[in-house]
Amino acid sequence: MKAVFNFHGGIHPPQNKHRSVRTPIADAGIPPEFILPLSQHIGAPAIPVVRIGDRVLKGQRVAEAGGDISAPVHAPSSGTISAIEDRVIAHPSGLRAPCIVIAADGLDEWIEHSGIPDYRELDSASLIRVIRNAGIAGMGGAGFPTSVKLSVDPPALITTLIINGAECEPYITCDDMLMRERARQIIAGTNILRHILSPGKALIGVEDNKPEALAALRAAAEGSAIEVIDFPAKYPSGGERQLIELLTGRQVPAGQLPAQIGVVCVNVGSAAAVFNAVALGRPLISRVATVTGDAVRDPQNFEVLIGTSFRYLLEKAGYQAQGCDRVIMGGSMMGFAVADLAVPVVKTTNCLLAPAASELPVPPLAQACIRCGLCAQACPASLLPQQLFWFAQGREFRKLEQHHLFDCIECGACAYVCPSSIPLVQYYRASKSQILQLRDDHARADASRLRFESRNQRLQRDALEKSAKRAARKLAVEQRARSDGGDGMAGDPIQAAVERARARKAALHSAFGADGELASREHAVASARKRLEIASTKLDEATIQGSDRVEALQAGVTNTRAKLRAAEQSLDDYRQAKHAVSPDPAVVDTIEQAVHQPGAARATAQSPQYKTRAELEKLQQRLQQSQASLSRCRANGEQEKVIIALEATVSRLQEKIDAITQQLQAMQDN
Amino acid sequence: MSTTTPPHTRATLGTQRVMQSVLLATVPGILVLTHFFGFGTMVNIAWGSLVALACEALALRLRRRPIAVHLRDCSALVTAFLLCIALPPYSPWWLIAIGIACAILLAKHLYGGLGHNPFNPAMVGYVIVLISFPVQMTSWAPPRGLGEMSGLLAALQACFAPAHFDGITMATPLDVLRQNDSLLIADLWQQNPQFGRWAGVGWEWVNLAFLAGGVWLLYLRIFTWHAPVAMLASLGLLAALFYDGGSSASGGSPLFHLLSGATMFGAFFIVTDPVTSAVSNRGRLIYGALIGVLVYVIRVRGDYPDAVAFAVLIMNFAAPFIDAYTQPRTYGHSSRRRDD
Repeated sequence: MKAVFNFHGGIHPPQNKHRSVRTPIADAGIPPEFILPLSQHIGAPAIPVVRIGDRVLKGQRVAEAGGDISAPVHAPSSGTISAIEDRVIAHPSGLRAPCIVIAADGLDEWIEHSGIPDYRELDSASLIRVIRNAGIAGMGGAGFPTSVKLSVDPPALITTLIINGAECEPYITCDDMLMRERARQIIAGTNILRHILSPGKALIGVEDNKPEALAALRAAAEGSAIEVIDFPAKYPSGGERQLIELLTGRQVPAGQLPAQIGVVCVNVGSAAAVFNAVALGRPLISRVATVTGDAVRDPQNFEVLIGTSFRYLLEKAGYQAQGCDRVIMGGSMMGFAVADLAVPVVKTTNCLLAPAASELPVPPLAQACIRCGLCAQACPASLLPQQLFWFAQGREFRKLEQHHLFDCIECGACAYVCPSSIPLVQYYRASKSQILQLRDDHARADASRLRFESRNQRLQRDALEKSAKRAARKLAVEQRARSDGGDGMAGDPIQAAVERARARKAALHSAFGADGELASREHAVASARKRLEIASTKLDEATIQGSDRVEALQAGVTNTRAKLRAAEQSLDDYRQAKHAVSPDPAVVDTIEQAVHQPGAARATAQSPQYKTRAELEKLQQRLQQSQASLSRCRANGEQEKVIIALEATVSRLQEKIDAITQQLQAMQDN
Repeated sequence: MSTTTPPHTRATLGTQRVMQSVLLATVPGILVLTHFFGFGTMVNIAWGSLVALACEALALRLRRRPIAVHLRDCSALVTAFLLCIALPPYSPWWLIAIGIACAILLAKHLYGGLGHNPFNPAMVGYVIVLISFPVQMTSWAPPRGLGEMSGLLAALQACFAPAHFDGITMATPLDVLRQNDSLLIADLWQQNPQFGRWAGVGWEWVNLAFLAGGVWLLYLRIFTWHAPVAMLASLGLLAALFYDGGSSASGGSPLFHLLSGATMFGAFFIVTDPVTSAVSNRGRLIYGALIGVLVYVIRVRGDYPDAVAFAVLIMNFAAPFIDAYTQPRTYGHSSRRRDD
């Protein structure tokens, strides 16, 4: 035992922990149905890799990580995928979110899996991959993917590994029971984490109100370099930043991660899950959860499969629905009441609290703030809650940010002590989301303003270039006129062009004689086709650049196409007329071919697949251009706003390309 | 299922209970006041409470607030109790009514009601009547043993039919000391019957009774020790510094100042008003200490015999300023500043 530090503020709410620790952790069994939300962690939602009707085995991956900060989801038992749809999840607003639903077959048939006999033979990166593939996300309640926490670069930075067994929240005892019954797993998991991070020291912090857990951990840690440290119970000692200050005396700088000061902090449940993943090859498909409150007959802890519905689990503990009008996920300080008992247990569900009506009475109406300052004394982040409340009421967002609203951890200590029962945390949450919304709006407005400005600049530049070219051409013509001497005709470029055309026509006539007419009509078709090609290319380019000339060019293309059609028609007429005179089959064939070929090509060109593919190519071109200009801007150290705008464009294009690729895929499948 | 927002559990100490505890804590002081100076204070309080509730109800009605809900928070009663304890016993009914009306209507509701008033309502009411009616406000009854004690009937008469009441008044020990410019402290003590063992006859016990009530509130954690202790410490320190060995120019001994006039009442019932004081503990130390300094300076050098009301009101002005300079450093930030 070594000296511990303290953190500012904190409170001592009634703990109500004793009732759920009387019996050992029970097995909750296999429910008829599992609901697996794709987002049980902080970060991108997982992506399903199964289809409705697939049979899955226990431990089989049903959704893969959807990004760097994400976690896969595994089947908690064997069964059949019955639906992939939106279901109500455990969320304060009764939100519906995408879930994979498995109808259990009760066989509980494991997928083939095996642990790593000696983790010391693997390097950090491979072990982190194992942890990532096991879908482990912070089990203390926040749900931050553990593998991301461990991917510190470079790992040499980490001096202290902290295993969080504080469990300061009232009512919850799942970590307590886990430490009592599975201390060896926790220690083994901690050793794996030590191997990954090689920190100078590894500490397990536990509040001193859990003597049995402390004794079990100390016995299991005997002889290892892991220190088990107890400290006086005070809410919220289990908050990551508070625990770090308690054990190291150092504060994590605002807005940064603990790794910044060389600390990684992992929950005891996550440490045990790491052991299960590495040593046994078992993904995270179950957890320990407390079921407690006066509305359950047998408050206790359960080993419960992820995806089990609240109702199923509550009934296992003898839930009495009458006299209980809400069920809280989490403890009495930070937990939230769920809208529906069909919601599933997820990786972060540490407690189901079903209070009787009289147990946690609804607070009286809020009264005026009397500036008593109790909130400021209770705040573990040393904020001034009464000031924040004042500013939140007045929607003074600037002031709120200046008073560090975003350092609020929403522990609820201020609202707990408030004699006027003001729902302070709600004010802070609402203000935070309003500020984030505002920031988002600003970013969008900035990006579109930038786009507009750069477009204007580009148009100006184009206009300048054009007028410069025109001036240069004029100058060249004048010079030529001067060098040609007194010939007045050569001075007029239009006249010269007309002359040239006339000369060309005459030459054609003389060259082909009687068939000169045919040749000239064929030439007209060919040149019209060429003009159409050029016009289309120009139109494409303009579309890519987002130029405002698109419409004009479009009109030009239509025009040229009409001309082409007219030329083809006249060629056709001429040929038919000639055909009537001399029906030479060879000639007719070639003519037919010549007439029909472009038509066939056009038919292909107008098929939806071809169009989509063309669009895709265009988009890819645009994407390349945008990426090029983005990297150019980055290299030139352009303004951040410009870069952000370009990044937005790139990601938008990427999205479009993805959508079109999918569309194309669907077409091909059909 | 119904949904409620976290936290789902709350500490039991509500605003109403805070106010009721404060009311209860004044009882020993009121009893001792009544013992030494007769029923005047009790009559003050009874009449003052009625006026206060009426004013509060009127103001709430005019402001279209639910009357019953806000009357139940007892804050108007606290104002009435504190002001009526500060007023001299046997004050006429109109003086009390004016003081209370000013406190509740002017100092409290014109600023937005409970929690929004920058100045302590009881002290605003007190100072308004002190400046407006100095004769009535400086006539204290003699303590038990030094004059005839008035009964309850006489006290009621003094309040509601002041023209027919012929009460005796006597200078308070603080008055006597302030007006002394020739006698050594020891001689002053001998020649004036008002002085008792440590301070004035009766006054020392009144102060000790309010101290007891204050200590009980501290025990209940209704407020923190910072402001009252800082005020008593700075007052005692200044008194010790300028005691001058008890010469004719002496300002009085530390014990005399701590147990005279409204010292203990002010320290535990006025200075601790959360609404008008500084918020942080450091801020409350500064706030209390400066009130102690002002009390001493005004008592010894000023024109008014007691100084708690003025000292508190002056520091009410300074409280937001103190708050701005005593903000705590937020977790994870390197500076206390919050304006960047």
